[in-house]
Amino acid sequence: MLLALLGHRGFARDLNVAFSLATFIGACGLTLRVVSEGPLFAWQREFFIDPLNVFLVALTAFVALTTAIFSRPYMRVEEERGKMTPRRLRLYHAMYQLFSFTMLLALTTNNIGILWVAMEAATLTTVLLVSVYRTAASLEAAWKYFILCGVGIAQALFGTVLLYMAAEKVVGAEGGALLWTHLEAVKGQLDPQIITLAFAFLFVGYGTKIGLVPLHNWLPDAHAEGPTPVSAVLSGLLLNVALYAVLRCKVLTDGALQAPLAGQLMMGFGLLSVVTGAFFLSRQRDVKRMFAYSSIEHMGLSTFAFGMGGPVATFAGLLHMTVHSLTKSAIFFTVGHAAQKAGTQVMDEIRGLVRVNPTIGWGLMLGSLAILGMPPFGVFASEFLILTTAMKQEPWATPILLLALGVAFAAIFSRVQPMVFGETTAKRLPHPPALLPVFTHLALVLMLGIFIPPYLADWYRAAAQLIAGH
Amino acid sequence: MNPLVGQLINLFAALMLLLAFAMISQRRVLTLIHLFALQGATLVACTAVVGYATSQSHLYLSAGITLALKVLLIPWLLHRVINRLSVRWDVETLINIPTMMLIGIVLVIFAFNIAAPIAQLSSSVARGTLGIALACVLLSFMMMITRSKAVPQVIGFLSMENGLFFAAVSATYGMPMVVELGIALDVLVGILILGVFMFQIREQFDSLDIRHLEKLKED
Repeated sequence: MLLALLGHRGFARDLNVAFSLATFIGACGLTLRVVSEGPLFAWQREFFIDPLNVFLVALTAFVALTTAIFSRPYMRVEEERGKMTPRRLRLYHAMYQLFSFTMLLALTTNNIGILWVAMEAATLTTVLLVSVYRTAASLEAAWKYFILCGVGIAQALFGTVLLYMAAEKVVGAEGGALLWTHLEAVKGQLDPQIITLAFAFLFVGYGTKIGLVPLHNWLPDAHAEGPTPVSAVLSGLLLNVALYAVLRCKVLTDGALQAPLAGQLMMGFGLLSVVTGAFFLSRQRDVKRMFAYSSIEHMGLSTFAFGMGGPVATFAGLLHMTVHSLTKSAIFFTVGHAAQKAGTQVMDEIRGLVRVNPTIGWGLMLGSLAILGMPPFGVFASEFLILTTAMKQEPWATPILLLALGVAFAAIFSRVQPMVFGETTAKRLPHPPALLPVFTHLALVLMLGIFIPPYLADWYRAAAQLIAGH
Repeated sequence: MNPLVGQLINLFAALMLLLAFAMISQRRVLTLIHLFALQGATLVACTAVVGYATSQSHLYLSAGITLALKVLLIPWLLHRVINRLSVRWDVETLINIPTMMLIGIVLVIFAFNIAAPIAQLSSSVARGTLGIALACVLLSFMMMITRSKAVPQVIGFLSMENGLFFAAVSATYGMPMVVELGIALDVLVGILILGVFMFQIREQFDSLDIRHLEKLKED
C-alpha cells in the first residue's frame, strides 16, 4: 500500500485507484467471511473483525476507492492550473494511501492503544493532505487542525492510560489488558470511578476528531482549504472512525458503570452539535465550509442516536453513519468539480451548473436533497428512525432536533438552488469529470432509503446488538 | 519497598512539576528548549527508577526511547530550527506571567483533587504522583493556549506528551510495548511535520507569530 511513494508521473493516479481497488476487494472478501463465519482474530488477537467494524471496514474501503476514482480527473485539472506540482502530487498520493491504511488499522485493531496510535497517525497524514496547496490559508487550516487535534488526541491518550490502569487490576498486565475483547469480557468488574474519568477524557479526545461542537473549530477550515478529495475522505471516513472509537469506549463504560452516563454525555454534545451546525450553515459563503458544518450537524445526530442507546436508536445511528458518509462524499465530489469550473469556492459566484454541466448540477441537487433528508433517500430513513425514537425516549429533545433540521434545510436549499440553476458564463472543464462515484453513492443511498436488503439489515442489527448490549 | 526509591520517585515528580512551572514563566525560546530537555531527562530518570524498583525490564526500554527522542533528538532539532529561523527573541505571552502562575496553581489543585481518589486504587509504587502527572498535562495545555508563537506552542505540545508518559508510568508502569513504540513514532513524525510547517509558515508570513493565522474565522 505504501508503494504509491514511487510514482509521481501520469500513472500514479491510476496506481492510486488500483491500490484502493485492491483494498476494497480485500475488504469485501473479509466481509463475506465475517458474515458467514462470525468474528475473526489475527496475530495473537491483536487484530479482530466483528459485525461492528466489518461494516465500517467495507464502507471505508468503498469510499476510499470512489474518492480515488474521483481524484484522478480532479488532480489533473489542478495540475494544469499549477496548483499541484509533481512533488506535491507524489506527497498527495503517498499520504492518501497511508491515510486509508491508518483508517483500516484503527478499525481492525483489537488494542485500544493501537487504536490511539492509528488515530494520531491519521491526523498526521491528513495534516499533510490539508496543507498540500501550501497557500497561507491552507497552512493556517493545517496548523490549527494539528494543534487542536493534537491536544484532543492527547486527552484521549490520558483516557487510554486510565482505562489500562482500571483493566490491569482485573486482567493483569500480562493478559493483554488493552485488548478490547478481553476488556469487554470483564467490563462489569472494572472500577467505575476510574472508568468515569477515563471515558470523560476519551470522549473529549475522540470527540475533537468527530467535530463535536465546542471542539469543532478545525473541521470547517480543514475541509475548506484542503483539496476536495481530502474533504470527502475527512467527512466520509475520518469522522466515522473517530465515532467508532467513542462507541468502543462507550460499550466498556456502560458495562462498568451500570448507569447511562456515557449516553447522556453523548446525547448532550450530539444535540449541541446538531443545533450549532445547523445555525452556522446559513452564515457560510464558502460552499465547502457550508457542507463541513453540515457534517458537524450530521455527526452530532449520529452521536445523539448512539447516546440514546437501545437497539433501534443504535441501528438508526449506524444507518445514519453509512448514508451520511456516502452522501457527503458524493456532494464533495460534485462540489469539487463545480468549484474547479467556477474557479472559486464562494457560493455567490458559482451559478448555473445545470446549464453547462448538467450531470454535475443534478448530482449536486440530488446530493443536497439526500443530505437534507428528503423522503426517498436513506438519510430520511435514518433521521426518521432517530426522531421517532427520540419522541419515545427523550421527548424534550424532539422539538430541538426538528428545529435544527428545519433550519439546515432552509439554509442549504436556498444556497444550492441558485448554484444549480441560474445564469452562467463559465466554460466546461477540460477533462471529463468522474461522476460515476457520485451516482453510485447516491444510488446506494437511494437504495438504503427504499429498501434495506435483509442481509444488510441483519448485519446492522448484529452490530447494534453489540453496542447496545441486548 | 525500599523507602529510598519512593523518596526518589517523589523527588522526580516534584521536579517535573517545578519544570512545568518554569516553562510557563520562561520567556526566552532557547531556555525553554533547555527546560524541555531537562524535563525529558527527569522523566527518563523516574522511569528508570520505577523500572529498577519493580524489575520491569520494558520500562528501561521505554526510558531509553524517551532519552533518545525527547532529551537528545527533539531538542537538537528544535535548536536547528530556531538557528535557521533565528527566533531567539523573547516570547510574548497573552496573559502576564504572574497571572499565569496563579492560574497554574489553581490547575494543580484541581488536578490533585481529580486524581486523589483514583490514585488510591492504583497498584503502582508511583501512585502518589498521578496528580502531578495530570497537573503537568494541564499546565502544558495552558502554555499552548497562552503562547502566540509557533515554537513555544510546539514545546507545550511535547511537554504535554511528557506529562502523559509520566502518567502512564505512575499509574500502570507504562503502556504495553507495541503501544509505546507506536506513540514514540507518532511523536517523532509529528515533530518533523511541525518543523517543516514552521519553515512554510515563515515563508508565507515572514514571521512565526500565530496571530497571523487568524484569517479563517466565522464572519
